[in-house]
Amino acid sequence: MPETPAPAAPPDPAEVAGKGATRPAASLRNRIRTAPLRLVIGLLAAATVAAVVFFLFSDLKGNVGYVLPRRALKVAAMLLVAVAVGVSTLLFQTVTANRILTPSIMGFDSLYILVQTALVFTVSAAAVTSAPPTLQFGVEVVLMVAFSALLYRWMFTGATRSLHLLLLVGIILGSLFRGFSSLLQRLMEPSEFIILQDLFFASFNNVDPALLGVSAVIIGAVCIPVWRARHTLDVLALGRDLAINVGVDHRRVVMRILLACSLLVAVSTALVGPVTFFGLLVVSLGYQLCRAFNHARLIPIVVLIGAVALVGGQLILERVFGFATALSVVIEFAGGILFLYLLLKGSLK
Amino acid sequence: MTTTAVRTVAPVSRGRARQYAGLVAAAAVVLALAAVSMFVGVSDVSLPALLAGDPAAVDIFWISRVPRTLAVILAGMSVAVAGLIMQLMARNRFVEPSTVGTVESATLGILVVTVAIPTAPILLRMGVASVFAVIGTALFLAILRRLPTRNTLLIPLVGIMLGGVIAAVTTFFAYRFDLLQTLSNWMIGDFSGVLRGRYELLWIVAALMLVGLLAADRFTVAGMGEDFTTNLGLNYNRTMRLGLVIVSLISAVVVTTVGAVPFLGLVVPNIVSLLFGDNLRRAVPWTAVFGAGFVLVCDILGRTIRYPYEVPVGMVMAVVGAILFLVLILRKRNA
Repeated sequence: MPETPAPAAPPDPAEVAGKGATRPAASLRNRIRTAPLRLVIGLLAAATVAAVVFFLFSDLKGNVGYVLPRRALKVAAMLLVAVAVGVSTLLFQTVTANRILTPSIMGFDSLYILVQTALVFTVSAAAVTSAPPTLQFGVEVVLMVAFSALLYRWMFTGATRSLHLLLLVGIILGSLFRGFSSLLQRLMEPSEFIILQDLFFASFNNVDPALLGVSAVIIGAVCIPVWRARHTLDVLALGRDLAINVGVDHRRVVMRILLACSLLVAVSTALVGPVTFFGLLVVSLGYQLCRAFNHARLIPIVVLIGAVALVGGQLILERVFGFATALSVVIEFAGGILFLYLLLKGSLK
Repeated sequence: MTTTAVRTVAPVSRGRARQYAGLVAAAAVVLALAAVSMFVGVSDVSLPALLAGDPAAVDIFWISRVPRTLAVILAGMSVAVAGLIMQLMARNRFVEPSTVGTVESATLGILVVTVAIPTAPILLRMGVASVFAVIGTALFLAILRRLPTRNTLLIPLVGIMLGGVIAAVTTFFAYRFDLLQTLSNWMIGDFSGVLRGRYELLWIVAALMLVGLLAADRFTVAGMGEDFTTNLGLNYNRTMRLGLVIVSLISAVVVTTVGAVPFLGLVVPNIVSLLFGDNLRRAVPWTAVFGAGFVLVCDILGRTIRYPYEVPVGMVMAVVGAILFLVLILRKRNA
């Protein structure tokens, strides 16, 4: 990732905020608001562990040797998705300097499905699926990154672009990609279509262990450099002009981050299919909890919120309400309303 | 409108004559497309066979081909006009029933009837769908009135998101009641199931469309706001209600008979306005004719692209319409 040296020790906004809270006049609300972020992270981590433990061991009956590994796979998939979606959305928002944009609203995951469909359409499903999963995944990701790089470079590097235009174009592009994939799917042989459908509608319930391994490696390979670039990200968040003034090679860094986003979206889409609003929900909550704009804190907070929401949500839906895969629909609904709210609030200002 | 009245008589009538000639030519093209549409299909229906009175060909022609072509034309015209009315009421070029939640609400309505009364007759389904469509559209218009800025691009965005939220609710219940597959049939417009006896309700839509056409300038006025409308001596609330009901009924009936036809109401009025300017009197008939022609072309395309299989017209329109919509908004940016 970007080797651009971080500008000499930027003041830690969290600590600045923390000092403010010790003033005697600080109200209780303010004190809670600026509670040490380490504590917040610790609590979230504890909640995540609790959710995972409950998910694995509650109601454990029948053949434990069969049930437990399946649950473990599911939890692993959810945790990976939490990381991929949370980090990609956060990065995307930082790069675009906007709190409403997410890779999926901008059509990234529909693009991934389109690339996959087009690949099966042009090459044949047999060839695609008989290739080792890593190679298949590699080709798809390369194509996707190439496409999205072209597309989003065109969209984001202009001087003044209206946010609303950008959003509208993104949403329409997403629906165009979806429409185009379903058209291609109609045009292919039914047998090929069935194979294809298996490729991207893997819900949390039937995760392929091999794919899980590949995804874990990719996510790790993306997240380590992202973590190391966390201070550069803080600078980027100040906006394009300021970042350039401070000495960041803006164009190069932004392209690399968009590339990282593509990889993460590809992984999460391959694992569980598209989840449009999950990233938006998680990152918005993250900003609420972490009032400071500090990626060293934001990244773990966002990831942990994602993990709690996914594992906890799935736990409640599965064990309390008794239906399994509707979590994404609940997320869509809540996320859609949040998005409307953010949009309206933003325009009311 | 008023300007034409002020002008001298001769140029007006010459302009009118040219316009009528154009319309007649366009209508002729649509009729030619309709003729093509009637002879495209898997079973062999040819003109000589029809003229020779081959009973199988005649049956297929009257039971399947003619109703299908009529349904395409009726739906195409009315959805395009509904889009135009919506745009006049919202005073925004980028909205239409499928981008403000009307279609999604109608779908939710059909789902509710299907779950509550599985044996409901089609008229009841349509009725409930219409009620839901009216509520959904009214909700959008209410949000619209509360928006302090009339930002051209924000309005369709809000509409699309509202549609998304309603669609999420629909999916949730469809999932619960195992109706996801049925739902996807409603969401994708498809004329392949149209037979004699299954499309006649679309004539209601044609009647509604006529009402809409006649009242079109009222919607323009109402779009300017309540005070302005009242000053001109028009009942604002009644006019908005009329528009709301027309748009919602058209969407509901079309969704229940053939499914959603995305982007049609958006693209056609915009193209008409690019070609002929914003003179409403002129735009309205052109919108109807272009709407019919556009759906006919897409339907014929869907039937031939993978002959002998069919691609639903909704899918073709999703791609064609989305591309045209993108071109429209990006053009605006560069302008």
